[in-house]
Amino acid sequence: MDILTSALSPWGESILVRISWDLFWAALVGGVLFLLSHGSYMLFSPHHKRASDDVDQLEAAHASLPPRIERHSFVARMFHWVMAFSMLSLVFTAFLPVVGVRFAWVQWHWMAGILLTGAIIFHIIHATFFMDFWSIWIGPKDLPDAKAEILRELGADVDAPKPGKYPLGNRLYHLAVLVAGLGAISSGILMMARVRTPIFERDPFWMSDAAYGLTYVVHGLTGVGFVGMIIAHIYFALRPEKFWLTRSMLFGTISRREYLEHHDTKRWVANK
Amino acid sequence: MPASIRDVMPAFELFQPASVADTLGLLERHGSDAWIMAGGLDTFDWLKDRIQKPKVVIDLSNVSELRGIKERDGGIEIGALTTLTTITRDPLVTGKYRMLAEAAGLVASPQIRNQGTLGGNLAQDARCWYYRAGWPCYRAGGNICYADTPTSLNREHAIFEADRCVAVNPSDTAPTLIALDAQFVIMREGREQVVSAQDFFVGPGIDITRLTMLQPGDLLTAIRIPGTWAGKELFFEKVRDRQVWDFALVNIAAAIDGSASTITRTRMVVNGVAARPHRLEAVEAFLAGKSRTPEVAEQAADLAVAGAEPLRHNAYKVPLVRNLVKRAIRGGAEWTS
Repeated sequence: MDILTSALSPWGESILVRISWDLFWAALVGGVLFLLSHGSYMLFSPHHKRASDDVDQLEAAHASLPPRIERHSFVARMFHWVMAFSMLSLVFTAFLPVVGVRFAWVQWHWMAGILLTGAIIFHIIHATFFMDFWSIWIGPKDLPDAKAEILRELGADVDAPKPGKYPLGNRLYHLAVLVAGLGAISSGILMMARVRTPIFERDPFWMSDAAYGLTYVVHGLTGVGFVGMIIAHIYFALRPEKFWLTRSMLFGTISRREYLEHHDTKRWVANK
Repeated sequence: MPASIRDVMPAFELFQPASVADTLGLLERHGSDAWIMAGGLDTFDWLKDRIQKPKVVIDLSNVSELRGIKERDGGIEIGALTTLTTITRDPLVTGKYRMLAEAAGLVASPQIRNQGTLGGNLAQDARCWYYRAGWPCYRAGGNICYADTPTSLNREHAIFEADRCVAVNPSDTAPTLIALDAQFVIMREGREQVVSAQDFFVGPGIDITRLTMLQPGDLLTAIRIPGTWAGKELFFEKVRDRQVWDFALVNIAAAIDGSASTITRTRMVVNGVAARPHRLEAVEAFLAGKSRTPEVAEQAADLAVAGAEPLRHNAYKVPLVRNLVKRAIRGGAEWTS
């Protein structure tokens, strides 16, 4: 399997051109294998859920909380779905031609990229000034939670970790999307100088062939990375035990019981 | 490596099948390793420049069933391996579709027309010299178009439908076959597939590494021209830098139904202006039912170049297309007003 594709420039230098499309197939197969193996594990493993009695006690102790608790504001949900639309558009326009579906994909791809870039800029401003900025990040304080989560998945009888607003898996995924997204957007903007758009004046020599080769490789790597990440994201969003999270991304709220079962009320204080 | 070694071809395994069935068997066995050679005029450039290094070459010259011209359903069927010289002289072609004979007769030189085939002329690759030099451009699988930069030599390149690559389709026979509403017969995975001439050619937006829909393993076997435009007014004109042995800067093919004074319907195609023959559908719609007057021709010419985006050195193609459209509308007749 090839990983990168190189070529000789007109000046006889060996330069990278792009990733090998073998990596796309690897990401696709890897994503599918992951969901098959995780699905099988969840069917047959001894992983623990919080006992129902515990949650009953918690509900009794927090009876003053409203029955529905807002988890995602309308604006945050709109951002999520606009980002999802643009991300899926980007992945499909990029890789359908690779699998043999021929269409004029370039303009749809860069337009979806512009939409994603705009959504991300909006999200950065919104999250910085209007949301609990630090609630999505991970740090050393999350290590005990991670350890407990792993032990419970392996069947150990330890107390369930109770995160703030976002479970550890959410935050790790956000970090991965952040890294890949910034890589894809920054490389994509540089690549737009090589195609005709109304946004930039076309200048294919804005960087050297070697630098552009690296840019294409970064764009390709982040692109195939998103293939795997999107498969995992959709899979988890559809899993029965996670569906309360998906529902909250659709309708904005979770039930009081879900809030108490899955969250630390001190780390994420619900609005009353 | 960039083109530097000439006349010494890389080693390959040569097959010379005697039938279409044997050819398809070889294509199935060797897949994308196989290179199909018809007249060899495009192939030997690639091989001698050592830009293309196929493991297997399938020489079609012994496949006699791919040669010849015969009547079919009121039109004609031309085998893909029929030489261009044969087409220029065939009474069926010259009697019904003189435009195709004229276009074939204007390809390159007599020696090349003796050897070159209709299938090869249709399926030949782009002649952009940056691409032909073996540079890693988009069409060669790279990430840049060397012909579309502020300093490029792009006098012969595209003014329409540029999508990263600005190479043009170099065929003279392709626009005539689209104007005649021909169909191409392709053998794909053992089955016969018939596509319209227009759909046979693809732009860089669809597939930047090919000029046609032919994929590895496909074999173009025949071209069928319906009787629809037989005997109608047909016009072909090719403009080139020198009058022999040269590719078109722009060529035009038009099939016109009507009278000396009025156009009922038409199909008009220009080539040398985009990566695929550029059908002038807006012009065709405009001309339906119009009189042949200089004013109508002027308006049609305006429509023909709407959306043209010349590069640094090929803006001359815009008035060239305009004038060719006007000449096609006028045909051999005097203006009626």
